[in-house]
Amino acid sequence: MSLPPGTRVRARAGDPGHHTRLPRYVRGHTGEIVECTGEWPLPDDGARGLVPPRVEPVYTVRFPAAQLWGEGDHVVTVEAWESYLEEAG
Amino acid sequence: MSGQHGDLAGDHGELPVAARVRRLEERVIAAGLTTDAELDAVLARLYRDASPVNGARMAARAWADPGYAERLLADGNAAAAELGFGGAGLSYRLKVLANAPGLHNLVVCTLCSCYPVSLLGPSPSWYKSLAYRSRAVREPRAVLAEFGLALPEGTEVAVWDATAETRYLVLPVRPPGTERLGEDELASLVTREGLIGTAAV
Repeated sequence: MSLPPGTRVRARAGDPGHHTRLPRYVRGHTGEIVECTGEWPLPDDGARGLVPPRVEPVYTVRFPAAQLWGEGDHVVTVEAWESYLEEAG
Repeated sequence: MSGQHGDLAGDHGELPVAARVRRLEERVIAAGLTTDAELDAVLARLYRDASPVNGARMAARAWADPGYAERLLADGNAAAAELGFGGAGLSYRLKVLANAPGLHNLVVCTLCSCYPVSLLGPSPSWYKSLAYRSRAVREPRAVLAEFGLALPEGTEVAVWDATAETRYLVLPVRPPGTERLGEDELASLVTREGLIGTAAV
């Protein structure tokens, strides 16, 4: 899966039992791909000592504040490894 | 921690962390994995050339040279290397965010304190505070107002949370009335806060 800019994606909602870099405040929310920043080892695997860690595309994803917080007119972007995301259609 | 809400400057909660870090260092040294001298050498290398003067020079060059500005926004790492920053290369992907009339960018790391140290120097204590990290994504306009930055009405605010391998640098808008200034003078106008986004310049 390679997600082009503008693709609508949902950040996964679950709370994994291990280290992850998906901030809680975006989980379950829908945003839009800004760009792919390259491929990087998945920190969830590295933190668990999994060798080799999975290597995945990392995307910049933009969320409207109103979607995240129910208020606010700003936008917030986070970076998300591909397995943190699912296509929102 | 009650009563500290909104306190972006003083974060005495950092002190127990420092003690924990030291205990961890002692355990790792006792296990024979490293030495105090080796740890000191790593930190010295990290901070030797790290300064907000570097980021300021990049901003000033971008203001003075539209071609450099274009390259800076297209590939931050290559543009940093052009000015001699990063040596063999920065250890992160650098993304430069251009402010514009009507658009203001603000950088935060909600998970810890990620930040382009080599271009901005050691991060300020407020950048690592729980208050800044939690509020910047939630109510950036209120945070900016507390920093003394009142944005013109209608200005869009974009907050960039450094959760992975990219480090962000804000390119402020060139201040009006600086048309005659040379690059060194322009660089002296740029602050670390301007490059993080908590100040206009």
